[in-house]
Amino acid sequence: MSRLLSVLAPIVLIGLILGAWETACRALNVPAYFLPPPSAIAEAAATNAPALLHSAWNTLSMALVALLIASAVAMALALIVAPSVLMESAVRPLAVALQVTPIVAVAPQAVIWAGLDHPERAVVGLAAIVAFFPIFSGALTGLRSADPDLERLFDLYGATRAQRLFRLRLPSAAPYILEGHKVAAGLAIVGAVVAEFVAGSGSAQGLAWRILEAANRLQIAKEFAAVAVLGIMGVALHALVHAGERAILLRWRGRR
Amino acid sequence: MIAALDAVEVDYPGRGRALGPFSLSLEPGETVALIGPSGCGKSTALRLLAGLEAPTRGRAVLTSAKGETSVVFQAATLMPWATAEDNVALPLELAGTPREQARARAREALAKVRLAGASLDRVGLAGSHKARPAQLSGGMAMRVSLARALVTRPRLLLLDEPFAALDEITRRALADDIQTLWAELKPAIVFVTHNVEEAIYMAGRLVVMSPGPGRVAAETRIEGPRPRPPGFRVTQSFRETAEKVSHDLALAMEQAA
Repeated sequence: MSRLLSVLAPIVLIGLILGAWETACRALNVPAYFLPPPSAIAEAAATNAPALLHSAWNTLSMALVALLIASAVAMALALIVAPSVLMESAVRPLAVALQVTPIVAVAPQAVIWAGLDHPERAVVGLAAIVAFFPIFSGALTGLRSADPDLERLFDLYGATRAQRLFRLRLPSAAPYILEGHKVAAGLAIVGAVVAEFVAGSGSAQGLAWRILEAANRLQIAKEFAAVAVLGIMGVALHALVHAGERAILLRWRGRR
Repeated sequence: MIAALDAVEVDYPGRGRALGPFSLSLEPGETVALIGPSGCGKSTALRLLAGLEAPTRGRAVLTSAKGETSVVFQAATLMPWATAEDNVALPLELAGTPREQARARAREALAKVRLAGASLDRVGLAGSHKARPAQLSGGMAMRVSLARALVTRPRLLLLDEPFAALDEITRRALADDIQTLWAELKPAIVFVTHNVEEAIYMAGRLVVMSPGPGRVAAETRIEGPRPRPPGFRVTQSFRETAEKVSHDLALAMEQAA
């Protein structure tokens, strides 16, 4: 019952907002170039469905590749850095600098490095930079989060470094690492879209390209439709990663 | 002699001296209780005996080989992702015992901590070797922790306030169980506590420590058979000892203040 309600609640809220929006547009005669009503946006989405879905897939696949790359690099770096406080103090400012630098600032250079014929590579690279930090930071925190008394127990029984890593520190870090991936998944999509705005998209026309194209042609309903697809995609990915996280954590707490 | 601290002192950077000079010698099979107020260096002394820390000055003589010393901490300190059985098997597996063999011995150790207390069948630790720590009550988790300490058949067992987080009924049951288990394996036990009656019930020798930095304030031998017979807590000698130790403890606190 409460589960059903928690699923229904956001749907009802969205319905109310769309209803108010539609009513307001009609009652106030808002011009379509200013704010199209939801019905017009839905119509634009239906008409342009194949192109929008194709673009959504392009954006999603670039974001997922970026997430994979970010995950591999961040995990490897966290494993290297975690055992040494000195290493961490050396690496952390760089990691933070990478995180706080807006990718639009480095995008033009990324396009040049990726090669002007391959803007999608620049997009993947830039999205990976955005997704890197939460995974790195989560893994680093997690690898240090083991119960100090359990660490002492591993000392007492003369555990090797490998035993300590695989039997204590990595399992202790699992919830932090999963959380990092969840945050990073959302960021990778945002990163991919922002990067595409700046870097362009070449043959891989993602949602950013659709949004720009529609805006330039004053097809505002289509522009909104593309933004809506982007939002739905983000929510779906988040839900998927969240479900995966829960399943893994359940097994983590109830493994073997 | 199984372990000895010879005029050890421990300084922590920035916090000054935590312990010492402090001396303690342990004979095989004896149970010593360390009792004293918070911050008197009891846990530090325990870590020295475990070899987890080295004294700043003085000498720690430890005769046990790796795996012959076990520690039970204040919290159960179990790995939440592993079953009770795998938690208990950990010390053996870290020492290279094959997994299946380690698990079999872990089940034996779990059976022992269960059999030591009849109340356990009621709370159902039977068959719970596959349970995760989150599914265990505080007392059951502590028993798993105890099983992990015993699975290596230690010569020296160090208990750092193992009952601190438990209710009175559970702590009494566990105190009896530890004595029954002691009678079988006869390890030397060092037992850190805040509780005078528990200390007298468990130990053959009681060391009162005073804080700032931790030193021996008084030492008392406690007579009587071990494991303790029923009704030991209401004997005349128990009362007298409790009074003496309480007095020593009050004196130790006064000195510190």
